[in-house]
Amino acid sequence: MIEIHNVQKSFNGNQVLKGITCTFETGKCNLLLGGSGTGKSVLLQCIVGLMQPDIGSITYDGSVFTNNKVQIRQEIRRKIGMLFQGSALFDSMTVYENIEFPLKMLTPEMTREERRDRVEFCLKRVGLENAGNKMPAEISGGMKKRVGIARAIAPNCTYLFCDEPNSGLDPLTSLKIDELIHEITHEYNITTAIITHDMNSVIEIGDHIIFLHKGQKLWDGTKEEILNAQVPELKEFIFSSSLVRAAKKVDDESEGGLAAITEGESTSA
Amino acid sequence: MVKNFGEFLLFIQSMVTRTERLKTLWQRTLEESVIIGFDSVFIVAIVSAFIGAVTCVQISYNLVSPLIPKSTIGFMVREMTILELAPTITSIVLAGKVGSSIAGGLGTMRITEQVAALEVMGINSASYLVLPRIVAAILMFPLLVILAMALSILGGYLAGTLTGAISAQEYIEGLRTDFIPYNIAFALIKSVVFAFLVSAISSYKGYFTTGGALEVGAASTGAVNNSIIAILIADFVLAALLL
Repeated sequence: MIEIHNVQKSFNGNQVLKGITCTFETGKCNLLLGGSGTGKSVLLQCIVGLMQPDIGSITYDGSVFTNNKVQIRQEIRRKIGMLFQGSALFDSMTVYENIEFPLKMLTPEMTREERRDRVEFCLKRVGLENAGNKMPAEISGGMKKRVGIARAIAPNCTYLFCDEPNSGLDPLTSLKIDELIHEITHEYNITTAIITHDMNSVIEIGDHIIFLHKGQKLWDGTKEEILNAQVPELKEFIFSSSLVRAAKKVDDESEGGLAAITEGESTSA
Repeated sequence: MVKNFGEFLLFIQSMVTRTERLKTLWQRTLEESVIIGFDSVFIVAIVSAFIGAVTCVQISYNLVSPLIPKSTIGFMVREMTILELAPTITSIVLAGKVGSSIAGGLGTMRITEQVAALEVMGINSASYLVLPRIVAAILMFPLLVILAMALSILGGYLAGTLTGAISAQEYIEGLRTDFIPYNIAFALIKSVVFAFLVSAISSYKGYFTTGGALEVGAASTGAVNNSIIAILIADFVLAALLL
């Protein structure tokens, strides 16, 4: 579990995060939802330590991360896997080498054979058994995201962070990436935090949703509760999508309509 | 300017604190040595051979007094090559080739979040990415300068003898006149200092790139400009201090 308490961050006098307090629960897909410029990415960067919050604390399973000793922060960081928006694969390495890289760096005690087995397992887990020898420039955007996920989970991460995993992908590929993240989260009981503004992802995998607006947390809850939330900014955000408007209409006309939709999607998955 | 210099010093410090394992750094240094050293042999060879040739031809063109022996041409080519042309011109050429490559490579890694990916994994990105480049440059620049010295003197020999400006015997006699071994050591000291300046300045420029492709280009240009200026200043300071 990751606990975030009163995190504030400013840039040149412009306060981007205005005291965010929230919890990312273990074994769930925790979605950070919000429009562009609401501070989602800044919050994520503060959580993983790429930025230092001005005020506030971040705790990983009871271990304080912010302002702690470098060794402790390092130890926590080594349990973190992250999928970046642009995948951030090392373009001088093959897909296989990209996935092997964190194993080589973080677990020097592993033998070459153990690393090979782990990389092959991860490649198989994300459905890319035959792509190991390809360079990142030779694979599609969806495949890059899969490789990014494989690289993140290779060292048995405890915390998985995904920065807009669906950006630039077609709806079908987006759905597959969402399903993969959801499966991995539940399979390995990891704490997953996903930045998104995609309502399809919310309906598909939103176990716990945190809505940010202008640097503040305005709402949190589950995907079943989100359509009936009475926060004007959240309603404006989610009902800008015609898909969600249609879902809401079904929900209003028949009790539990949205539940039926989401249930149907997860069954078909 | 002062702020940038302070940041540069902190950057160098961050590289040597919390370093990665020695085995990893050594492997990375060998990889970078191939890129910085081996891949630069061709351009260094061409530049130095022609500089030696042109130096020989121009000295012979200016040396019109019958009182000055022809062997002076060989002597002057050797002195100019060892003291100045081989270490300084080679380093300026390498600032263009290696410096832009380092800044462009690191800048691209920065804007495509590859540096952030290393940091999130708990890897000291400055130590992993920059330290091997600096060590490789410090190892490779002196070797390239030695190669440049040899080829420049050979270029002068070929140009002088082929154009009839000087005979082979006179040229070799000039090369052997009043040879001071310390000059070689001085040139190698200069090459080590220039190697550090080029690799560290280029790494700093690339590592702190923000923005997009345009900024990566600007970082590369800035790296080359600043490296060349640093080389020229260091050249003067070293000459004043060590000669």
